[in-house]
This record gives sequence, C-alpha cells and structure tokens, in this order.
Amino acid sequence: MMNGTMNGFLLSILIWLPILGAVAVLIAGEQRPLMAKGLALVISAATFLLGLPLFFAFDTSTAAMQFVELRPWIETFNINYYLGVDGFSAPLILLTIFFGVLIVIAGWRSIQKKVNQYMAAFLVMEGLMVGVFSALDGLLFYIFFEAMLIPMFLVIGIWGGPRRVYATIKFFLYTFLGSVFMLIGLIYLYIQSGTWDILSWHQMPLGFVAQKWLFLGFLAAFAVKIPMFPVHTWLPDAHVEAPTGGSVILAAIMLKIGGYGFIRFSLPITPDASAALDWLVIGLSLIAVVYIGFVALAQQDMKKLIAYSSISHMGFVTLGLFIAFAIYRKTGGVSGAALGVEGAMMQMISHGFISGALFLTVGVLYDRVHSRMIKDYGGVANTMPWFAMFAVFFLMANSGLPGTSGFVGEFMVILSAFQANFWFAFLAALTLILGAAYSLWLAKRVIFGAVANHKVENLQDINAREALVLGTLAVAILFFGLWPQPIVDMMQASVDNLLQHIVQSKVI
Amino acid sequence: MNSAQMLLAAPEFWVLVMACVIMVVDLFLREERRGIIHMLAMLTVIFAAIITLRGECLSNGLLSVTAFQDSFIRDPMGDVLKVFAFVLMGLIFIYSKFYLRNFKMFRADFYTLSLFSLLGVMLLISANSMLMIYLGLELISLSVYALVAFNRESGRGSESAMKYFVLGSMASGMLLYGMSMIYGATGSLLLPEIAEAIRTQGSDDILLMFGLVFVVVGIAFKFGLVPFHMWIPDVYEGAPPAVTLYLSSVPKLAAFAMAYRFLSSGLGDMHIHWQSMLASLAVLSIILGNLAAIMQTNIKRMLAYSTISHMGFVMLGLLPGTAFGFGSAMYYVIVYGIMSVAAFGMIILLSSRGVEAEHLDDFKGLNQRNPFYAAIMGLVMFSMAGVPPMVGFFAKLMVLKAVIEAGMLWLAIAAVVFAVIGAFYYLRIIKFMYFDEPEDETVIKAPVDFGAALTFNGIMILGLGIFSSSLIAICMTSFGI
Repeated sequence: MMNGTMNGFLLSILIWLPILGAVAVLIAGEQRPLMAKGLALVISAATFLLGLPLFFAFDTSTAAMQFVELRPWIETFNINYYLGVDGFSAPLILLTIFFGVLIVIAGWRSIQKKVNQYMAAFLVMEGLMVGVFSALDGLLFYIFFEAMLIPMFLVIGIWGGPRRVYATIKFFLYTFLGSVFMLIGLIYLYIQSGTWDILSWHQMPLGFVAQKWLFLGFLAAFAVKIPMFPVHTWLPDAHVEAPTGGSVILAAIMLKIGGYGFIRFSLPITPDASAALDWLVIGLSLIAVVYIGFVALAQQDMKKLIAYSSISHMGFVTLGLFIAFAIYRKTGGVSGAALGVEGAMMQMISHGFISGALFLTVGVLYDRVHSRMIKDYGGVANTMPWFAMFAVFFLMANSGLPGTSGFVGEFMVILSAFQANFWFAFLAALTLILGAAYSLWLAKRVIFGAVANHKVENLQDINAREALVLGTLAVAILFFGLWPQPIVDMMQASVDNLLQHIVQSKVI
Repeated sequence: MNSAQMLLAAPEFWVLVMACVIMVVDLFLREERRGIIHMLAMLTVIFAAIITLRGECLSNGLLSVTAFQDSFIRDPMGDVLKVFAFVLMGLIFIYSKFYLRNFKMFRADFYTLSLFSLLGVMLLISANSMLMIYLGLELISLSVYALVAFNRESGRGSESAMKYFVLGSMASGMLLYGMSMIYGATGSLLLPEIAEAIRTQGSDDILLMFGLVFVVVGIAFKFGLVPFHMWIPDVYEGAPPAVTLYLSSVPKLAAFAMAYRFLSSGLGDMHIHWQSMLASLAVLSIILGNLAAIMQTNIKRMLAYSTISHMGFVMLGLLPGTAFGFGSAMYYVIVYGIMSVAAFGMIILLSSRGVEAEHLDDFKGLNQRNPFYAAIMGLVMFSMAGVPPMVGFFAKLMVLKAVIEAGMLWLAIAAVVFAVIGAFYYLRIIKFMYFDEPEDETVIKAPVDFGAALTFNGIMILGLGIFSSSLIAICMTSFGI
C-alpha cells in the first residue's frame, strides 16, 4: 500500500502535522470557532489515516526498529533527530492518533470559550505524544516528554474546574521534578557513552552502582508519570479539575508514557538494577492495586473514582513488567515472563480505551447536570437508556469482565504472577473483586434505581455525536477483548527480544 | 600605536564617536525631532555589529590578536559576545523608546549614557589587562548609576541609584584591592603575564590568595551572586523598566567575559581555589534566588531574584574550568540576555498607559486581552523555567553537562531541584495570564517596531531552541571545541 520512501517520513508527519496544524487552528481565531473545530477535525483525522500504515505495514517478525528516521540535529553533541518504532511503541502511537480524533469530536459542543486554543493545545499534545513514543534519541525523548507538559498545563488551567490552578501547578511540578532526575541520568549516560542513542545505551555495559542510581533517576520520572503509589496524588486532582478532553488524554495516553518509559529505559538500560530493586516496584504496584482499590471505593466524585481506578490498574502494568525478574529467578527461563510483559502492554492499551471511555461518559453527564458528585445522580437509566447501556458496559469492562479488553491484560498479568509467587497473584487478583465492587457500585448508584431528582428527570439521552464517540470505544473494547491477537502479534518479537536482553547482566 | 591596532578596536571607536555625535546633535534638535536620536543610536549598533562581524575573528577564524601593549584582546569569544550585545542593545533601544515616549522622558541622555555603557561592556569583553578590566567596569557602572536615576521625579529611582552607587563603589574598591595584591605578587597588570608568573612561582602565595578572594568578590558583585546580591532587587525595582531592561541583559555578557578573562586567562592555575568559591556562590544563588522569587508580588523584584538564580547557573558553567564549561556558561549568559530582554519588554508593553506595570496582577487575563503577546510571554516564562523545547532548556542542559562531566554530581542535583522549585513562580505568571480574568479590558497597543521586535525576540526564544545547533556550535567554537 505505502512504499518505502513514504515510510521514511511517516513518524515525522505524525508528529509535525498536528503541531503545524495547531498553528493554523490558532490563526483561525477565537471569532470563528466552527472553522477552528473543522480544521482540527480534518487535521486529526488526516493524522489518523496517515498513521494507519503503522499497523498495516508493520513487520511483526522483527524486534528491530521500523520506520526509522535519522538526521543530525545538534552535531556538537551528537544529538540526533532519531525516530523509529517497535512492537512497544507502535500500538501506543496508534492509540494516540486514535484518541486525537475522538477528543476533537468529544469537545465539539462542550467547549465554549477559546475553542481555537483548546483544539490547538490538543493537536500540539498529540504530536508531542507521538514524538515521545517514537523518539530513539535520549534527549529528543526528554524534550518531547517535557514539552508535553505545556499544553496539558494550559488545558487544565484554562478549561478546568474551580480548583484548576492548584491541580495544574501540582501536575506540572510533580512531573517536572521527577523528570529532572531522569535528565541528569541521561546526561550521565551521554558522558559515559558519547552518544544519545537509546539503542546503544541498551547495549552499553554499566557498573552496578551507576545502574542503581540511573534506575532510581528513571523511576523518579516514570513513577510520577504512570503514576505509582506514593507519588500518585497529583493524578486525582488533575483528573477532577481537567476538562473532559484533558482527563481522557491524561488517562488514555499520558499515563502510558510512564509504562513505556520503563520498557524503553529502565528495563533495558539498567537490567541488573531493575532485577535487584524489583521488590520495590512490585511492592509499590501491589500497594497500588489493593490500597488504591479501596481508596476508589470510598470516593464521592465520579471522576476521582475513575482516577483512583486508573492508578490501581496502572499497578498491573508495573507489576507485569517487573515480575519478569522474579519469574526468571525462580524458573530460570523467560517464557513465563513474556506473559507478564505482554499483559502489561495489553493492560496499557486496554486501559487507554476503557479509562478514556469512562471519562467521556462522565463528561456526557457533566455537560448536562454540571456535577460530578455521585449523590447528584441516580436512576439515570430511566431517562437516558442508550447512555446507560454504554456506561454500564464500560464499567463492566473496567472491572475486568471477560470478553472485554479489560479482562485480557489483567488475566495475563495475574497468570504470570502465579509463576513468581502465589501471594503476588493473590493480591493482584483482589482487584477483580475490588474493581468490580467500585465499578458496579458506581453503576448502581448513578445509573440504576429510582430517578433521584428533578435534574435527572429532565436529562436528554445522548445525541448522535456522543453515540459515535462512545460507540467507537465500545467496539474497540469488545474487539480487543475477544480478539487481542493483532496487538499481541505486533509486540511479540519485541517482548521476546526485551526479555532476552534484560536477563543478561550488563555489569562490567 | 599604529593604524592596524586602531583597526582592531574599530567597533569601540565607532561606538565612542557615535555616542559623542549623538550628544552634540541633540543640542541642535528641536523637541519633536528627537526621533533622529533614536535612529542614530540604532544605526550605531547595527553598524557596530557589521564591523564586528566582518572582523578577522568571525570572518576568517583568526584565534586571537592583541593591541595597545597587549592590554586589549580581540578573539572569537569577545566578538560573539559583542555581536549579541549589539543585537540586544538594538532591541533595548526599540523597547525603551516606547517607554520613554509614554512617560515623557524621551531625552538624548538615555542614548548617550547607554552607548557609553555599551562601550564599557565592549572594553570589558576585550580586556586583557587588569587596568582595562577596571576601566571597562567603571565605564559601565558610572553610566548605569546615572541611568538608574534617569527619572528625576522618582524618589525610588534616586534612592536605588544611591544604593547602587555606594555598594558598587565598595565592590570596585574590593576589586581594586584584589588587583593590587595580584599585581604585588606577580609584578604585572597583563593577564597572560600574571598567568605566566603564577605558573613559575606556584599558586600557594598567601598574597595571591587574598588577591583572588577580593577579585572573586568583585566579580560576584557584578553578577549579583549571593551573598553580594542585595543591590539587585532594589535597583531592578527602583530603576525605570527601560533601564532595568538594559541592566539585566547586556552588562551580564561583560560580567561573564570579565570572569572568564580573569579566572581562566589570568588565574587559571589557581583553578582549584576559585572553583570551590564559585561552587558555593552558585549554590547559594540558585537556592536563595529561587526561594526568594517565589515570595515576590512585584514582577520586577521577582525577575531580579530570578536573575540571581540564573547567574548561579552561569557560575556552574564557569566553575569546572573546562573549555566546554566556559562555552556553556557563555551560551547561558547569551540566552539569558535574550530571555531577560523579552521579559522586560513585556513589562514595558503593559506599562503603556502611563502607569508602570509592576505587580504580577498586571498580567491578569493577558490571554484575553491579547493572545499573541500572552503567548510570547508564555514562551519567555517556560524558557526561563527551563522547559524544552525553549532555548532556556538547552542552556541549562549544557551547563549541567559541564558540571556532571567535572564530577560534581551533587551540584547538578541541587541545581535542578531548585530549578524545579523556581519553575513555580514562572508558572504563576502563566497562571495570571491564562487562567485569570483580566482586571481591565483596555486593548494593548504597541507601535509597529515594538511589536516586530518583541515578535522577533519571541521567535528567537523558540527558534534558537528548536534549531539550537548553530548557537551552541558558535559558543563552543569560541573556546576551540
């Protein structure tokens, strides 16, 4: 379909088309919101369509980087504009450009002020996130990683709720503080190796002490981003205050950058330190899964509940990644560990769809009632039957119902945890109960029961635009729940390669 | 003194002549024709930049050449710094014309004093002997003392000028004292000869050591490093924004050059001694600058404390004593100049209705009043906070690399942690601009040249970040990397 020359620029197009398009959207001006929205829709749809070769032309038989672009950028320091994707990043990029379109449609009506700036911010963010997932140069990665904060900071701050200033500054500073430690780690790696190339860092031998410090530096950045207990506190605040679109991107894509960072940096660059400190990550993951699950149960605010549920689900991602070392120690092989890593990846993709869908669902209610509090609702199913169908489906998926994508990832991680330690698996499996408890209880209180008040009585069911957005997500969740094979195929080679790599000691 | 030597100092002579010409021309100008003065001043800096660019160092890659009994040196580093001084000066003249006209202070003295100060900057950048250093320094300082008090009606202006004068004289005294000791210990005023003497006789001389301490104090004062920073907030606040604009940018370039010449060319063999002094100055400045800036409600004071922390970062680049370190410090100081000029340019823009914009509140709702200028200020603030892809990030990156390479990891960690704390007050400005409602809705209007200059300035901050390779390469080649 697409030939090689086109593929040589594909990633650049996916990064720069939205960013440059954002400039055009800004120029459209505040006075012409329709034009701004239309332009944003065209640009994001074009980006999505242009990005499809990433799936269709992707070679699943190799773990090598594909769609590679390499250009010198800052020659004095060997910094390159170096892009490429493998089985880990390609699915995440597809997820990103998919949500790029949905966000524009979802914000069509609900954003009233400064529409052009809103749309431009999301387009810029989309381009930068694709950049994060495709950068193979350490500094380039850092630049995208940090630059992404700017549009998100503005989105929460301008279009957010009443405590938006607090939430957005907290979000910015938390992430910024985490990532500067990574920056020092990256500079150290550059000084040691003379290159910023992430792939050569993978191969580079490193002393154990250096690895340990580097690991902690990466952990600081990615643990905040994903987020792990105890540095998760920015997330509920940011989610609650962000506008719907902001919450969706935050949950669906940005959190995945933390998990992706572990896969791209922590595990392959510092495998010995990761193996030695895996107890730390596994412990924190289990705390997140169980404790944050209980915290979610206690929430009064729907968005906060989903935010805590996200943290708990992200615990599975870190658990699945780091359980590999425990399995290797116990069984001496990596075959069981592959299930964990694949499960983690699956969980990231699936959580992208589900959490995005849940925040959009809350957004639909918020647009009508202007409240996120659970107590303001009840019996929504009576007035919004179509909506109720979608909402209940998404909540079921969130609790890991077999047949939805939410089940696949969790199940794979739990299975692989069994091979490491029964208690890991037991604690992780608690989430099936807890997740069901807070998700279904939420459904009971909001969707079912008698009509709670006058406002709920007058609710209008979802319109075609909202049905399109929620329907697309429902299809995706169902599709990958029943047939996860396409994603597993995409990442298989990369997962095997990663596991072969990380069990070999790099200590000099 | 022959003509070849004169030619080496051609940019200096040109600025000197033009400063005098402007002074004289002003006598014969009627009030309403004052615009000519501005034109002449612009012509001065543009032409000076052209002469410098066409000089042997930048066009033919000549390494360095000295003149006037070796007390004047022309090298690539100096020429690059001078060119940027001219570029910044051009922006400063455009910004300040708008301010001076609004506040009815449009007088030629501003231009002559600025140009004399610029001359001092150029001399200091090219100084190769202690005498020349002192000369350049005093020429800058004396002109600036007068400039700070430029608004004759302002009590605050006079007060801060007085403060600056007293403290500045004391610092000059310290510097002179230190120089005299070094002179006593080495028997020469020329930096290369001092270096030679130290090399032969060793650096453990107690007299030399005392001299070094006083010299470092003098340098620290000029940079405004903690604990010699007290004058900065008061002077920044008291001086008219048009002067603060100048004060916060161009003289910093000279301060960097002075530190480099003195510490590396002259006292290079005492590196181990001055390194630890600079390290403590740098850390204190970064800590105090960032913490104190958080508490400010006055934008000029906030930027003053932010300057202090930025100068701490410049010190981080200087203290490894490596060519790379000096290159990164030079890059930082140039980048800082560009950012600082843009920030004070914005303050001038907001002061346009005859009331000085001093409080952070004045930035409230700027995005609603004028999204374009708000975006530029946003770029400046993110750049100062060190968020990529703005140029401020690359400056911090280079400096951090220099420090880590020198094995001082703890310094790098302290610096980034406080840089993150410092990010808060830059974010607060963004918060005022983007998240708050405006308090007054008057349309922001600026003349065409002002708008163009500010746009250019904003593009520089983003463009030099995304295409950072050239400026980094220029700074590094100045030090032979």
